[in-house]
Amino acid sequence: MKNLKRLKPIVLPKHYEIDYIHSYGQDSPFFPGLARKKLLGTKCRKCGYKYATPRMSCMQCGSDCEWMEVPHEGRIHSWTKCYYGSEAFLDETPYFLVLVEFDGMDTLFLSRLKGVKDEKKVQIGMPVKAVFAKKPEYQITDVWFEIRR
Amino acid sequence: MRPVYVVSGGVSRFAKSRKELTFQGMAKEAFRYAMNDCPKLSLEHIDGSVTSYFSDHFLGQLKAGAMVQDYLGLVPKPSKRVEGGGATGGLCFQAAYEAVASGRMDICAALGWETMSHVNTWKGNEFIALASDTNFDYPLGGFYTGYYAMMVMRHMHEFGTTEEQMAKVSVKNHANALHNPYAQKHLKINVQDVLNSPMVAYPLKRLDICLMSDGAACVILASEKFAKKFGKKLVRISGIGAGTDAMRMADRPHGKVPLLPHESPSDYRNLKYPGVHSFRAGRMAAIEAYRMAGIKNPLRDLSFVELHDAYTSSEIQTYEDLGLCEYGEGGMFIDSGASALGGTCPVNPSGGLLACGHPVGATGLMQAVFALWQLQGTIAKHFGNSKLQISNAQRGLIHSHAGTGTYVTVSVMEKA
Repeated sequence: MKNLKRLKPIVLPKHYEIDYIHSYGQDSPFFPGLARKKLLGTKCRKCGYKYATPRMSCMQCGSDCEWMEVPHEGRIHSWTKCYYGSEAFLDETPYFLVLVEFDGMDTLFLSRLKGVKDEKKVQIGMPVKAVFAKKPEYQITDVWFEIRR
Repeated sequence: MRPVYVVSGGVSRFAKSRKELTFQGMAKEAFRYAMNDCPKLSLEHIDGSVTSYFSDHFLGQLKAGAMVQDYLGLVPKPSKRVEGGGATGGLCFQAAYEAVASGRMDICAALGWETMSHVNTWKGNEFIALASDTNFDYPLGGFYTGYYAMMVMRHMHEFGTTEEQMAKVSVKNHANALHNPYAQKHLKINVQDVLNSPMVAYPLKRLDICLMSDGAACVILASEKFAKKFGKKLVRISGIGAGTDAMRMADRPHGKVPLLPHESPSDYRNLKYPGVHSFRAGRMAAIEAYRMAGIKNPLRDLSFVELHDAYTSSEIQTYEDLGLCEYGEGGMFIDSGASALGGTCPVNPSGGLLACGHPVGATGLMQAVFALWQLQGTIAKHFGNSKLQISNAQRGLIHSHAGTGTYVTVSVMEKA
């Protein structure tokens, strides 16, 4: 007993894995929208608030929203260059995240900024445009933005 | 609602890894300290508890709160677990307050912990990133340092905040922590050290970012009758406030600032708020807490603040949300020295999350313990030195913040 108590804590690896059955539910139309090179947002039926990132329920007044098309061209509202990330994304670093603002929309859209390597070449206010994946996977990554010249 | 007092507190030693203790062991370490510091109080006097920890993922152990309840000998008394991201500890504190203020309990223990060392750093970041929209944000490689980086980029764009100003926050908090034996990191650094540290997500560098920790903290709250019976150097909770905002930064509105009593609309004529540069949830929490505590001018009325500096940028942004300075002047505020240990309103005299560490479920309660000791004037007793004791501290504020500003709690404590 005395010897057992003197041992260092026992530390060993433990593995766990999950496969989800995921549904996009009421947000589903957004994803085949990307496959058809459409950027879909939503608009509140009651107060008219326009969401560049879709939500079927309005944050301002609580009413239901309906689908609308978002312009493909916008501007950088904010951005960062990720040198590190979640473990699942480390092999993609460095990558740029961008918040895009659009004329006529009340909210922003978070996405990747591609086609640029040097953070000195990126600035808030620069014009950007949506680019769609040729092989859609029905994920948010089926669309990204590149600097518009 | 009847008055509620903070009777005692305890903090376990925050460390990168405490392999010699399970979460139950760490919770007991903090609980035992709090109980020992209040010798007349014993286990049977406690009516119930609220537990707090953020992520089941770190251990793969669900219902850990129930396990701590039985480990400490609090069964079969009432308990529940509270979760709210980084604000978990602050929400736990407020839930325990409600249990006593409502008359449901006379003495309630608030217990929080987190064990983050059981996964590697980047897996830990991945778990924390799951506290963002997993359909629209997380799959982009969104992670917390990235989100906060985008928020400070906008703050810099709107207001001219600089990387040097952010670095000064890290220097200040690390310097304070040198005198805090509970802090995880005791690092002597200067502005250049921060600026030279590795870039994680532009412009946030390693020394702009708090640490993952194993740690636990505990406060015991009591009604007036029992506070007077068991406690000494009484401290009362005089203000409670909380706020929320959209999970997705992209959804934050661009509207008007909810004003504090000492502000006027002309202060912010052209500002679109909160956008991604400020935390509306924090402002709402401050409004509610200040109203309850009768605070009309926070910079004048508060002796110190322990706020949620998960990032140096968050501290600068939070100065503004709390009304210590106007929106946009957070950078100037750190430059002025007002938030330094000897300044008009010391912020994070303990060293904050940047230097003490951020075991998520414990942090909000750790702040309450340090604030209690400041107001009791007992810092020297608990820290072994009086360097961080604010002289004649009358009233302090603790602030706990979740997500990218999705839940924020503000609680005000004062010498009774």
